[in-house]
Amino acid sequence: MRTFRIGGVHPEENKLSHEVATVPAELPKQAVFPLSQHIGAPAKPVVERGQEVKVGTLLAEAGGFVSAPIYSSVSGKVAKIDTVVDATGYRKPAIYINVVGDEWEESIDRSDKLETLAAHPELTPEEIINRVKVAGVTGMGGAGFPTFIKLTPPPTAKATCVIINAVECEPYITSDYRLMMEKSDEIIVGIDLLMKAVKVDKGYIGIECNKPKAIDLFKQKLASRPEIEVVPLQQRYPQGGEKQLVDAVIRRQVPAPPAIPVNVGAVVQNVGTAFAVYEAVMKHKPLFERYVTVTGKKIAHPGNFLVRMGTPMIQLIDACGGMPEGDNKLLAGGPMMGKALTSVEVPVCKGTNSVTVLSGDDAKRKAPQPCIRCAKCVSACPMGLEPYLLAKLSDKEEWGRLEKEMITSCIECGSCQFTCPAHRPLLDNIRIGKTTVMGIIRSRSAKK
Amino acid sequence: MANKLIVSLSPHAHGTDSVEKNMYGVIIALLPALIVSFIYFGLGSAIVCCTSVLACVFFEWAITKFILKRERNTICDGSAILTGLLLGFNLSSNLPIWIILIGALVAIGIGKMTFGGLGCNPFNPALVGRAFLLVSFPVQMTTWPVPGQIGINGYIDAETGATPLAIMKEAIKSGDASVLSKLPDSLSLALGNSGNFGAGSLGEVCALALIIGGIYMIVRKIITWHIPVSILLTVFVFSGLMHLANPIYASPVDVLLSGGLMLGAIFMATDYVTSPMTKKGQLIYGVSIGVLTVAIRYFGAYPEGMSFAILIMNAFTPLINNYCKPKRYGEVVK
Repeated sequence: MRTFRIGGVHPEENKLSHEVATVPAELPKQAVFPLSQHIGAPAKPVVERGQEVKVGTLLAEAGGFVSAPIYSSVSGKVAKIDTVVDATGYRKPAIYINVVGDEWEESIDRSDKLETLAAHPELTPEEIINRVKVAGVTGMGGAGFPTFIKLTPPPTAKATCVIINAVECEPYITSDYRLMMEKSDEIIVGIDLLMKAVKVDKGYIGIECNKPKAIDLFKQKLASRPEIEVVPLQQRYPQGGEKQLVDAVIRRQVPAPPAIPVNVGAVVQNVGTAFAVYEAVMKHKPLFERYVTVTGKKIAHPGNFLVRMGTPMIQLIDACGGMPEGDNKLLAGGPMMGKALTSVEVPVCKGTNSVTVLSGDDAKRKAPQPCIRCAKCVSACPMGLEPYLLAKLSDKEEWGRLEKEMITSCIECGSCQFTCPAHRPLLDNIRIGKTTVMGIIRSRSAKK
Repeated sequence: MANKLIVSLSPHAHGTDSVEKNMYGVIIALLPALIVSFIYFGLGSAIVCCTSVLACVFFEWAITKFILKRERNTICDGSAILTGLLLGFNLSSNLPIWIILIGALVAIGIGKMTFGGLGCNPFNPALVGRAFLLVSFPVQMTTWPVPGQIGINGYIDAETGATPLAIMKEAIKSGDASVLSKLPDSLSLALGNSGNFGAGSLGEVCALALIIGGIYMIVRKIITWHIPVSILLTVFVFSGLMHLANPIYASPVDVLLSGGLMLGAIFMATDYVTSPMTKKGQLIYGVSIGVLTVAIRYFGAYPEGMSFAILIMNAFTPLINNYCKPKRYGEVVK
């Protein structure tokens, strides 16, 4: 079975909510929409205080080329345009809406009828990309890069295949798995749309072998579709990393930055994005709701929810039995790459695939010991870097040397710190070095 | 709000690995050889090992507390016990206690704590201790009791004998291959019950027990195969070529099974702190140790070359780390 060729670790799975069917989450009383839910410029508000909105009403338009519009997930009245503490821990501008009823924009097709690409010959690649752009679809795996940009590769690169990331290698998270089990037909149409948009006739779905039912389901549905191949993958973190997935599925490695996967022909999209593309293109439904896993060892009833964006996380946790006693760590995302939140009121955004609560010892770090130079971080690094060295050089502020040691290639997956027997905060240090070195590189190229 | 939120950067999960697990894992891997040494050297082995371990732990504790004045003492992480055990394994089972104490002080004091303690030492501490003792007390350090003396007499007034390496050296010096006929057969060398000509330090006599420990460490992922296998393979090839060229050099199998080769290749050269970080570097390091060991054994002043070979390559480890980089992602396009 295929997997990526360098490094990797095996975190405990803890997929507590694997077989819990998705249910719609209750509507919040007040929904909050941060204007930065994606990589790039924040969106610009187009509504005013007191304005009535419906589900699917545009709240904020794209604030630049790399940006995405934001739509309301609820109907009601704009309460205020203020700030909110988001997943980064900072106060960021946001639109607050007081919820009244549940009235949808009429342009949205709310029927369950499956629309196929064959039935819609009017959908040209340009039209698909435009609808994806207008609907505000961004990468659903967490990073939140505007999808339409990934669908328009630079002229120097030529796409040869679409790779669907259905790996879900993060522990705990099951939202992609549930989506695959419950919306397989829609996802497949979504893949058709993505393939048409980037004008390729080959698609792959990479699924880790801890999801045998999803593998079987897609193999069965795609039995007569040889152009879309289901690729079962060995279980290994960080296989869901774009570069690792490309290596695992098509055995090619993306050269060092600024190269991107499409430079080796691959357009990688999350399985959640494929579904969002289907809804955006076929149902005229902007991106305002998504699958979210709510989980944790001390959470009474871990589950999966279809959540309207802007819902505060505490509401989801309460629906699963409430916050456990004592001090907890609340994560947007999983334990390997998720962000620890400073408030339980942080709203669900486009990139929120999971709300994970770590309790007790799981929430705390152990005291670091001296580095014993065991080289386990070097073996674990999926980018072939030397984390012990990068962490040490960052600590000593040797920026020039760090650039030579390729610190900018670090994908911040945390495999090094996960594996370190001495519990050293390797990635904390590496992040400082990486941010500084990237700043130096930017200012150098700006001078030229 | 009664319940606080804990905030830190990712990753928020950690594997179950720890420094202690690795250190005690190596100690467990040393147990077969330790048990064998009790069988062959009895009380003498127990006295030497206990003294060495206790002395190493004591010196680490005392230096951390009184000289470095650090609050957190590191004696529980198992690394001092390991150094003590490895030092003991390198000594003869009738070594006077006061010499062992000096060896432990040099190993921990100069070999390890001078540089800042765990993780900072450039040379393997146990080997620093052994090398110091070897040049300071050449007589005591090169008289080896023959296996099988398990009573108190085995410690106070042991019957000593020649090590297989001494016999090999004699053959080379005299240019007479018939001297090699005194060597025990390969099976006895592997098991360690090789009588009058199978003497040696208390940890090195049974190659088989050491190999079992090595396999255990590889299975538990404490070490990887790269260093031990590259050393053993290099020694086998190099000494095999020498044997083919001239029969005064012993057969490669006997070379592999005698002296401190197994102990060094499996337990001393693989010391995390003093060995290279990348697989490529580890292979270079292993091959170099193999070449140096055979060269010292055959052409040097001492019959045994393992410990000096490791110490020399320890010195090259930073250089190897500087030049041997792992295979970066993206370098192997296609």
